[in-house]
Amino acid sequence: MAGNVWVVADHWKGTISEATYEVLALGRSLADSLGVRLEAVLLGHGVRGLTASLGTADSVLYVDHPALADATGEQASRALAALASARVPAAILVPTTNVSWDLLGLLPGRLGVPLISFCRDVEAIDGALQVSCLLYGGKMAVTVAAGPGPVVLAVLPGTRSPDSGRSAAVPAVEETSVDLADDSRLRLLEFEEPEAGDVDITKQDVLVAVGRGITVEANIEVAEELASALGGAVCGSRPVIDQGWLPLVRQVGKSGVTVKPRLYVAAGISGAPEHVEGMKDSEVIIAVNTDAGAPIFSVAHYGIVDDATDVLEALAEAVRKRKG
Amino acid sequence: MKILVLMKMVPDIVEELEVAGDGTSLDQEYLRFIVNERDDYALEQALLLKDRLQAAVIVVAPEAPEVDDVLHTALAKGADRVIRVSGIAATAGTRSTVSALAATLPGIPGVLPADLVLSGCQAIDDLDGFMAPLLAGALDLPYLGLVSRITVDPGAGTAVVAKEYSGGVMGRFEVALPAFLGVQGCEKPPRYVPIAKVRAAMASGGIEVVAAASGPATTPLEVTAMAKPEATGHAEMLEGSVRDVAEKVADILAARGLL
Amino acid sequence: MATATVLEISDLTLDGLLASPLGRPLLSCIQCGTCAGACPHGELMRYTPRRLIGMLREGLIEEVIAGDDLLSCVNCYDCWAKCPRGLHLTDVLLPLVKEQVLLRLPEVPAELQSALSNTMRYGNPMGESPRKRAAWVEGAGVPVPILRDLGRPVDVLWIVECYSAYYPRGRDNARATARVLAALGVDFAILGTEEKCAGECARLAGEKGLFETLREQNMATFGKYEYASLLTSDPHAFDAFTYVYPSLGLDRPVDHTTPFLAARLDALRPRLTRELGYRVTYHDSCVLGRHNHMHDEPRRILEALPGVSLVEMAHNRDNTICCGGGGGGMWLDTHYKARGLPRLSDRRVEEAAATGADVLAVSCPYEVPRFEDSLKVLGYDDRMVVRDVMELVAEALGE
Repeated sequence: MAGNVWVVADHWKGTISEATYEVLALGRSLADSLGVRLEAVLLGHGVRGLTASLGTADSVLYVDHPALADATGEQASRALAALASARVPAAILVPTTNVSWDLLGLLPGRLGVPLISFCRDVEAIDGALQVSCLLYGGKMAVTVAAGPGPVVLAVLPGTRSPDSGRSAAVPAVEETSVDLADDSRLRLLEFEEPEAGDVDITKQDVLVAVGRGITVEANIEVAEELASALGGAVCGSRPVIDQGWLPLVRQVGKSGVTVKPRLYVAAGISGAPEHVEGMKDSEVIIAVNTDAGAPIFSVAHYGIVDDATDVLEALAEAVRKRKG
Repeated sequence: MKILVLMKMVPDIVEELEVAGDGTSLDQEYLRFIVNERDDYALEQALLLKDRLQAAVIVVAPEAPEVDDVLHTALAKGADRVIRVSGIAATAGTRSTVSALAATLPGIPGVLPADLVLSGCQAIDDLDGFMAPLLAGALDLPYLGLVSRITVDPGAGTAVVAKEYSGGVMGRFEVALPAFLGVQGCEKPPRYVPIAKVRAAMASGGIEVVAAASGPATTPLEVTAMAKPEATGHAEMLEGSVRDVAEKVADILAARGLL
Repeated sequence: MATATVLEISDLTLDGLLASPLGRPLLSCIQCGTCAGACPHGELMRYTPRRLIGMLREGLIEEVIAGDDLLSCVNCYDCWAKCPRGLHLTDVLLPLVKEQVLLRLPEVPAELQSALSNTMRYGNPMGESPRKRAAWVEGAGVPVPILRDLGRPVDVLWIVECYSAYYPRGRDNARATARVLAALGVDFAILGTEEKCAGECARLAGEKGLFETLREQNMATFGKYEYASLLTSDPHAFDAFTYVYPSLGLDRPVDHTTPFLAARLDALRPRLTRELGYRVTYHDSCVLGRHNHMHDEPRRILEALPGVSLVEMAHNRDNTICCGGGGGGMWLDTHYKARGLPRLSDRRVEEAAATGADVLAVSCPYEVPRFEDSLKVLGYDDRMVVRDVMELVAEALGE
């Protein structure tokens, strides 16, 4: 398999995402085992300064274009498709984030190459790629043999430490250009910050997180009681936000925030990858779910197979008693 | 105004998923299918726009087990037309489904061009690609995904949408129609429709069936193994009554200075 | 005294009600308001049965069904029991009104929506996998045959129902019942994973289409097997099978576990040897008690248990206070709370606590979680527990 390994650097508002460093680590080991170069690809406008932190790669391919400033997939996928058609990398690894989502969606069609999503790991075996993925909300592990020719891998955040993808080395930067036609069909008007909540969940030592298993909105009170007893706050997974039971500022996971509290109690949360990526680095994770096979139990330190509300209630009482 | 909604079925993970004897696919015996949750939000969004703009809503879904329930439910909720595309192999993957749909949709009278195409921007079985953006590309429509609020100005031919970033930040975009939007959420959860209305929809027939036209051939991914995930770490399970367990947790918290 | 009757409601809608045999008597309502007085939410409902009937007769029903007021009806059968005309209020009128409400509601409260969707899809309101419906059998301590595997006709087809099959405290009841049936030497079997909700609570909540779908599916399942009678742990299922399934051809005798056991008490008496030492107050359920007037049966059972003394609550027998779980109420607590409706189960538990009893005995699976919740909320859970009659009987079985 000829061609280099590419890692698309995912960035937003002037910062390279943590997930990018995770994928750089993965890309480094893949490139090394294939005996090819690792190239980071940075697409944007006026962000050349961000190339400096991508030193795990052998070099950075930097494309600057005003059309790439607003981080939508339309123009980014065109740019990347043009680059990849010309340079034919063996594999393009992209961290799966809200920012890269549309790029990942449009690229395979534009480039005419396979995409493999939900990737956790990729190995080179006799020059061919063996990709490990997590399907069906984390319920099945699948191994895919990537055929000959370039392939795009959408890598799940949270599968390895970002630290091994960081480097003090400053990489060589090759700035190159692409022709992008004006496309005003999608126009960014503005970014809306979430309504300032009273609570910044990223700054809490203790979080009590509620998911679908809490069953009804009224049970969130029970979570509040426990959070209060422990001096923390309540947060939630996607389904609870979708129902409108908690505001967006309380969402942990892909469209929400990443948290690293000392204690994370996951009550009635199944543990789908989009949520886990937002809390897996919590110091102590206690998970409660009626489904003994829920993926959350793989990431939790302690697990309880029981009704979320019942356990939260009993826990609140036990904590209050201990605290006197 | 015409809104096209693409919906698909995905494995229902309420049921325990099992691996088939071949070791590379899902066991079909107890496998049930449920509508892709994000597609349900796309339909809800379409119906809200229908109420506000007197738009027509057309739902198209590839053939799959239990899809007729979803199509009848869509009719009962207020969709104007529901169409099932037959002859698409469910196991062939998303790329293949997109190829067939892109080849078929232009040939169905009255479906294209649509002013707005909506579909869920993700699904739990999208191993070889995300359906919405791939189909948008194949239909040559501009695409924006992770959309959770849509307002349309039919006179101006534009929509203003909120796209989810992270940390709860939304990007407000103006989108020139026609466009394809990948739906993540909606201003309200999908509505309930009484079963009697769904049964009435079933009784009046109403699902148009269209045979899939062949699109460009796609190569399915080669899945070499499928298995339940090995726990990379595993939780220490705490047993006992709810009270016992609560005491154990309190012990753990106390030991770690968290009380 | 109102008596429960077999109903033919398949083609009945609110539109055609007054012209139908079941509904025509509504024209003779004397507007006395006893129904409104009996209703546990009566003071807070805009459209009590009295007003409802008045408006229906005057062609003004649109106003009623345009709002969500009728979601506050928990189908407790109090109005039905007290109506001097014996009108079909709880069993016919109210579900038909609620059916129209559901059709017009722009937003069905989330919990109710889930319960109904789950019941349609998985055959139970919890949304649990149908394949786990017989998981409780492990741990029953006695053989519980699955009819499909038995391969022969059975005397008693025991319909366990949703809460007893899936809910932890319900499973305690199911296992206790299995032990009692075994002790009685009953030839029984369960449907296991083929069992689906009987659908009565869906019907009472206004989801007639869901009820009819379940009824069809259940009749098809029953039709595959030979059995002499139906037995169920759930009073709502008892009502469905006794009064509403016959119009689709169900012609076997139906019983609920409490009266079933009461009829066989003498056979069990010699084995009821463990001294329980409980002061017990019995809660008459809306359906088994008020609708079916089965007040004596559970009391005779409880009196037969060694070391059990019975004490009555102020509201007992036909005057019982609903736990709030019927007619969709089980899934509308958040909705009621938002409207400031006091919790009916709290009210009942206060009354139970006032008797000084240590056990609140019940015969309906909804009551256990609702009363246990109230005991906790009111702080009485250190002095009173909730037990189904079957659990107490199993406990008294010396082995």
